[in-house]
Amino acid sequence: MEPPDRGCPVYPSLRMHAIEVSGLRKAYGNLEAVRGVDFAIEEGEVFGLLGPNGAGKTTTVEILEGYRKRDGGEVRVLGHDPERPGQDFRERIGVVLQQSEMWPNLTVRETHATFAGYYRAPRDVDEVIALVGLSEKASARVKTLSGGQKRRLDLGIALIGDPDLVFLDEPTTGFDPQARRAAWEMIRSLRSLGKTVLLTTHYLDEAEQLSDRVAVMREGRIVRVGTPAELTTTGLQTEIRYRQNGEDILVRTDEPTRVLAELTSAAVARGEELEGLQVRRPSLEEVYLALTADEEVEA
Amino acid sequence: MSAEAIRVSTRRPPRALFLHQLRSEQLVFWRSREAAFFIFLFPLLLFLLLGSVYSGKYQGVPIVWAVLAGLVGYGCANTAFAGLAIQLVIRRESGILKRLRSTPLPPATYVTALLASTLIVFALQTLALFLLGRALYGTPFPSDLGSFVATIVIGAAVFAALGTATASVIRSAEGSSAVVNFILLPMAFLSGAFGPTKGYPAVLRAIGDVLPLTYFVKLVNAVYLHGHAVWSQPEALAVLAAWGVAGLIFTIFRFRWEPRER
Repeated sequence: MEPPDRGCPVYPSLRMHAIEVSGLRKAYGNLEAVRGVDFAIEEGEVFGLLGPNGAGKTTTVEILEGYRKRDGGEVRVLGHDPERPGQDFRERIGVVLQQSEMWPNLTVRETHATFAGYYRAPRDVDEVIALVGLSEKASARVKTLSGGQKRRLDLGIALIGDPDLVFLDEPTTGFDPQARRAAWEMIRSLRSLGKTVLLTTHYLDEAEQLSDRVAVMREGRIVRVGTPAELTTTGLQTEIRYRQNGEDILVRTDEPTRVLAELTSAAVARGEELEGLQVRRPSLEEVYLALTADEEVEA
Repeated sequence: MSAEAIRVSTRRPPRALFLHQLRSEQLVFWRSREAAFFIFLFPLLLFLLLGSVYSGKYQGVPIVWAVLAGLVGYGCANTAFAGLAIQLVIRRESGILKRLRSTPLPPATYVTALLASTLIVFALQTLALFLLGRALYGTPFPSDLGSFVATIVIGAAVFAALGTATASVIRSAEGSSAVVNFILLPMAFLSGAFGPTKGYPAVLRAIGDVLPLTYFVKLVNAVYLHGHAVWSQPEALAVLAAWGVAGLIFTIFRFRWEPRER
């Protein structure tokens, strides 16, 4: 049976779906956190779930991780229903929670070794510590680590069981720019390891930089899915700016090629130069702000 | 191929998981200087203090024997009740419990290993109390060792059940130590763990008469001071069992693995 694929581009690929979600709903009391979400993630894909706080990202991810029961809809994660996960499911997933701390008095190596002991075929402890860039801190106690280093520890123990699927819930929230770049490098290295990654973030540049595809969530629904490039080529018009007779002119168009050709050929015919000519595609940020604008106004 | 077949073939054996987790619990416990001091050493320090100030006879034996028995009781409540409750709240609120739930470690294995680790700490503490008493105050070892070991295990089980129940109602890690000590210290005084309650006002003694530690201290007294078998104290055993079952039921219905929503 084909998974429902509403809104998802179809890829000419034989790869399996690591995650399939259709019609997912979840309410907390009167608050409908997730109101009918559909998406599918291929094996080996880095999928970004993007949206403002309260859009339902964490609720969605925690249902997929097996922490919460859904109210409705179908969910398959690595072929399992996460409400009845079983040991095989837990062997194959790695989780970085939005907020969690580890035992403060164990060392980085001891913490990794503790988690490694839970898995049937864990990765080498020192290898994983090196992968997340904590080799120099391997013998340091967790309480002496900086915020960014603790987050890398979280990532290390998420990878220690050699999972096929990694959930990263806002992995860089609260990082300084340098630490974010370092974290991005690590997440890119996950892709090169062939892991499937589900990433939530409210940072646009993060989703754009890391994801093969991005789903924009708003008020419990997915309002747009596509590659970062697809998201920026649909929805908003291209802007053409130039200066004529000392006046700034702004043209918004769905047909930039034709409009630009007309503008420039007319100018060439007049023997003029179009001063300050610029052609801009909307950034993902502008698309995102447009998609989530109503909510900002309500809030 | 059934899911069951996959599961059986891809899982670490339960015994290996249990031993791994027990080792890790011991490492976590002894690494924390605060826990090692307040949970393990504090009853020993109290014994040094109280053992040197009391003199005379109690229930026909040197009073320092009774001080030792009382502090075994206090140690039990301190380790299995207070220590366990505080550790569980901190782990829950910091997200460790939630994080562990996404690993293949079964919750039952986790809980069993944590309880076994707590029992080990309490047993070592009791041994240390007896060695200290022997060296400083000439207190004897228990004459009926089997009954004494059974007493220790029963006490640890009852207070661990009350510890997990208490952890279920404490809301924040910051307040956990205060709340637990607010229960523990008055209970220790009212139950006679720090000395006989004969001179206390009737109302305080009435409160003491329903506390589980009162009956655990009675049980330790009977077994250690008078050499009775543990089964000769049906009243104390019944009250302890009632508290233990109540704590267990409360835990089953109210225990949470996840931190409070922030």
